[in-house]
Amino acid sequence: MSTLEIKDLHVSIDTEQGTKEILKGVSLTIRTGETHAIMGPNGSGKSTLASTIAGHPRYNVTGGTITLDGEDVLAMSVDERARAGVFLAMQYPVEVPGVTMTNFLRTAKTAIDGEAPALRTWTKDVKAAMQQLRIDADFAQRNVNEGFSGGEKKRVEILQLELFKPKFAVLDETDSGLDVDALKVVSEGVNRAHATGNMGTLLITHYTRILRYIKPDFVHVFVNGQVVEEGGPELADRLEEEGYDRYAAGAGSAAAAAAVQA
Amino acid sequence: MTAEITTEKARIGAPSIAGFTEEGEALVPAKVDHSHNHGVTVMSSRAERLTSFDVADFALPTGREEEWRFTPVRGLANLFSDAATDGEAAVFTVEAPEGYLRGSLAQGAAPRGSVLTPADRAAVVASANTDEALHVVIPADAEPAEPVRILVDGAGAGRRSNAHFVLEAGANSRSVVIVEHTGAADHNGNLEVIVGEGAHLTVISVQLWEDDARHLGQHDAQVGKDAVYKHIAVSLGGSVVRLNSNVRFSGEGAEAELLGLYFADAGQHLEHRSFVDHNVANCKSNVLYKGALQGKNAHTVWVGDVLIQKQALGTDSYEKNQNLVLTDGCRADSVPNLEIETGLIEGAGHASSTGRFDDEHLFYLMARGIPEEVARRLVVRGFLNEIIQQIKVPALEERLTEAVERELAATNS
Repeated sequence: MSTLEIKDLHVSIDTEQGTKEILKGVSLTIRTGETHAIMGPNGSGKSTLASTIAGHPRYNVTGGTITLDGEDVLAMSVDERARAGVFLAMQYPVEVPGVTMTNFLRTAKTAIDGEAPALRTWTKDVKAAMQQLRIDADFAQRNVNEGFSGGEKKRVEILQLELFKPKFAVLDETDSGLDVDALKVVSEGVNRAHATGNMGTLLITHYTRILRYIKPDFVHVFVNGQVVEEGGPELADRLEEEGYDRYAAGAGSAAAAAAVQA
Repeated sequence: MTAEITTEKARIGAPSIAGFTEEGEALVPAKVDHSHNHGVTVMSSRAERLTSFDVADFALPTGREEEWRFTPVRGLANLFSDAATDGEAAVFTVEAPEGYLRGSLAQGAAPRGSVLTPADRAAVVASANTDEALHVVIPADAEPAEPVRILVDGAGAGRRSNAHFVLEAGANSRSVVIVEHTGAADHNGNLEVIVGEGAHLTVISVQLWEDDARHLGQHDAQVGKDAVYKHIAVSLGGSVVRLNSNVRFSGEGAEAELLGLYFADAGQHLEHRSFVDHNVANCKSNVLYKGALQGKNAHTVWVGDVLIQKQALGTDSYEKNQNLVLTDGCRADSVPNLEIETGLIEGAGHASSTGRFDDEHLFYLMARGIPEEVARRLVVRGFLNEIIQQIKVPALEERLTEAVERELAATNS
């Protein structure tokens, strides 16, 4: 049983116009076996949260903490976080020239586990996982993400999730750009990984569509860098009907109130 | 920040060319662009390039000439001068079975000059100033167990060295010849290769020069009927290296493979030019050069010419250059040229790509638990391995892999 705890997280980025605060005090606790959905409109800071957890250098943490079973995640380098059990399924996986999938998967698995996987079972595991995600066998010899379609890249992200067996998976808009069939295949992969009972999931999405296939235990609504509402799966249903408009209106009136006070 | 990456396609400003893909060009006879200029530039045929044994025929390069436009010619005066070798500027050692080394060939003594006619200023002054060309013959049907090695060890930076080697592979022989360059010198080196009928010859030219060496070279081969010739240029050291690897055929059914691997650091200029002259029908050629660049003003050049002459029916040829840019401030020039005078061929393709390893690639690999140094090594080793594994001399493969790792380690310091 592990716990990923985010407390009062403030994150900013450097832009040409100066420093811009994107996360304005986010707190979340995710435990093994739980699935949390973070939903919100574009630009609300959802992906910033995902990238910050993974340690992308573009994001500056200006306040708050992230801990994994009490260990300070923010003090870890990107690779140390991955080895500690944090996995980010990226929204836009990059193409890595010169490295075959086979070589990449084995190198990453070796780094994460601290020892090389037993060759025979590893090859078998990779093959089986690829088959389940309907990834062609010839992808193994292709360079990482090179020439893969959007849907193929997302499937390969989930392939890694299944093979690396992280303690916590952060899925950054894994559903975007997928057709219904691909969405099902990808969701099944996430559900298989989750079913092991050793993983907590943070599912970041704009749409409720993926929640038909991956059932969240908790839903957090993100607006303007903050969690504005939290609830159970029923909150997602309500969002499906009403959209994010009412939060935008609320944010507007809060801003107006602040203006009056000032 | 983006690295300065130029390709010929970018330079001539052609936004998209019908039929042109990353994978190269699919040519069908009806669509063949005979001068292969896509209607954009006008360039005379590669076949018309001047060759001569007379130094006076080649003016000092100014850098404005087509064949010198990428080269830092201003610093190369010592290599262009019609000058003799400066004492023992380089020591040549030949390691070969008894009888392979046949002494030397004077100017005009056959077979010297039968295959290589100098095609630029550096080659002509090297030829004119080498009175005794080293002559190595692999006897017909011989299959030496160990590679023949020709070691060129420069005695000091700035010291002018001229060399001309003549290498003959007898009919149906099977051999590997390694020409290895170490130390430092201002070295002009010509290599003339005659591949006999049915022979299989691999020539590996390894540039492991010290940082202050400069090296200009012309390597010409003529490949006999049903023979297989492989030339691999590996350039890691030296401040300026420019190697021209040229091949033509003397009989049908022959194959030529021109391969190259280079890794340029800050300030280094590594230039490779290849020319496959399909002058005979039913021959095959494949050209693949791969290079990595890192550091300020690391500059690589690849110019690949393939000419398919009118009589070369049934030709099958392909050429490709790939570069991997590891840091800002590098420049990779890549120019694939294809001239086709007949449509009755098996295939003719060319491709060039220059990719970049940047912070996003690094983040992706590190986010999978892979430490930074391992990530860089993984990418570069994977990229260059395609050439290294073609060497098939385990001890040399190992040495070169280690040399590449040392180049990589230099980035991080």
